[in-house]
Amino acid sequence: MNSVIKISNMSYKYPTGKVDVLKNINIEIEKGLLYAVVGPNGGGKTTFCNVLRGFIPHFYRGDLRGEVLVNGKNIVESTLGELSLSVGFVFQNPFIQISGVKETVFEEVAYGLENLGVHPDEIRTRVEAILKLVKIEHLRDKNPFELSGGQRQRVALASIIVMEPDILVIDEPTSQLDPQGTEEVFEIIQIMKEKGKTIILVEHKIELIAEFADRVILLHDGEIVMEGTTQDVLSDEKALSYDVMLPQYAMLGLELKKRGVPLRKIPITEEQAVEEMNWWMAERGVRI
Amino acid sequence: MSFISLKNITFAYPNGHTAVENVSMEIGKGETVAIVGQNGAGKTTAVKLMNGLLKPTKGDVIIDDWNTKEHTTAQISRKVGYVFQNPDDQIFHSDVYSEVEFGPKKLGLSVEQTKENVMKAAKLAGIEPYLQENPYNLPYSMRKFVTMAAVVAMDCDVIILDEPTAGQDMQGMQRISSLIAALKSEGKTVITITHDMEFVVQNFERVIVMAHKNVVADTNKRDIFWNHAILEESMLKQPHISRLSHTLGLPKQILTIEEFVETML
Repeated sequence: MNSVIKISNMSYKYPTGKVDVLKNINIEIEKGLLYAVVGPNGGGKTTFCNVLRGFIPHFYRGDLRGEVLVNGKNIVESTLGELSLSVGFVFQNPFIQISGVKETVFEEVAYGLENLGVHPDEIRTRVEAILKLVKIEHLRDKNPFELSGGQRQRVALASIIVMEPDILVIDEPTSQLDPQGTEEVFEIIQIMKEKGKTIILVEHKIELIAEFADRVILLHDGEIVMEGTTQDVLSDEKALSYDVMLPQYAMLGLELKKRGVPLRKIPITEEQAVEEMNWWMAERGVRI
Repeated sequence: MSFISLKNITFAYPNGHTAVENVSMEIGKGETVAIVGQNGAGKTTAVKLMNGLLKPTKGDVIIDDWNTKEHTTAQISRKVGYVFQNPDDQIFHSDVYSEVEFGPKKLGLSVEQTKENVMKAAKLAGIEPYLQENPYNLPYSMRKFVTMAAVVAMDCDVIILDEPTAGQDMQGMQRISSLIAALKSEGKTVITITHDMEFVVQNFERVIVMAHKNVVADTNKRDIFWNHAILEESMLKQPHISRLSHTLGLPKQILTIEEFVETML
């Protein structure tokens, strides 16, 4: 396995905290996969993200035990600047992410590269390419604060992607967006996945996770209580006992199974549900 | 008889942007109504007109027997409470108790009554353990419950929730459902703006669909979620189980897992 992040026996306590908010975390993040992090609020999802991007321990301090390797290097020994080259972080709230010091979308997206000291000609080329990639060329001259939430979140994503980190950590990018904005954000996530980026995504919209994620990490009370392929985790009733909703299709499959319907597997996406239902109706000889 | 009445309302912001155009709605006492539609459809403007935060540019908004043009927002807030979409637009106290207490206190309720309202609202919103906390020490999703409690504590006839489900986990969703049910059982009118169609199916009967500054449909949820023309016009999707039923060509207009199972078995 080609892992880009390796976490061993990691526990963490905030400086003023009395108890560990992350407890004995062990996980390897494989290159090029999309990991969804799910779990109840207050269970450690955002803290986990803050470790991955080195904000813990570099910014928040506190008591970090165990080992966190990003691209083979211990995060404690890396600076935040070094880490920012390999790990891009997108905030939950695009209102926080936008720098506020730039007047156009173009400049906002260029800001990170300017700070990295990239040559102006290269900045222009790279920003142009990203605006095109995430389909916000038409917004280039707008003030970031004039944009809708969905547009703003796309600008936030663009301004991280343009720095070309291998790993993207994205914390609840859609929780403040409407369905269309959500779709637009997931389009970008899909593009990043196709480009071979490793993505760690915190998200509550479980049907979207079922559609897009390769693996699911369930954090509950600071511990990884379930981890595995999206299919395995999201079809397992056990997730409900950790206060994580399953996709509607899985809930339906589980209910049908309980009522004696011999499904071959518990569907987690619409496509799988259609396939499974069609199979079963054919088995029963039902025609609609 | 309707308690809230919007009659041919148009509202334009001072910068000239028209947010709702010729909108009419009638909502009765004790009704629970979901308002759905894409951002920019005019949902938030419509509900802000209901509690007098905004006054119509054209037309009249009548609450009970008050024309909102003739009353201040403070007066109207006795009848209609609005929970902001973003809790940080609403919260301004440094501890949760004071935040929740502010409304009933300002209404001039007695000390005992105020305390009773605060504790009851805190219980419904599940924030009892945090009453002494600074709201900003709580996660966003919990701050949202603080703002709900602050409005519930005012004991107004109508409670408007603006996207309460954003960022909520499973427990949060269940708590919102039980909060709505409790308010309903007390005869309150509950109006909720939401993007979550499963949440609509589980908690509401009547659905108002807004698109391009207008009401495009206003009827029961089944008629809304099986009207593909309306859904397309307002860029909404069917709830997941309805979509599955539609793709499979099932003979019934299904909304829930239970209905699906009943139809199939």
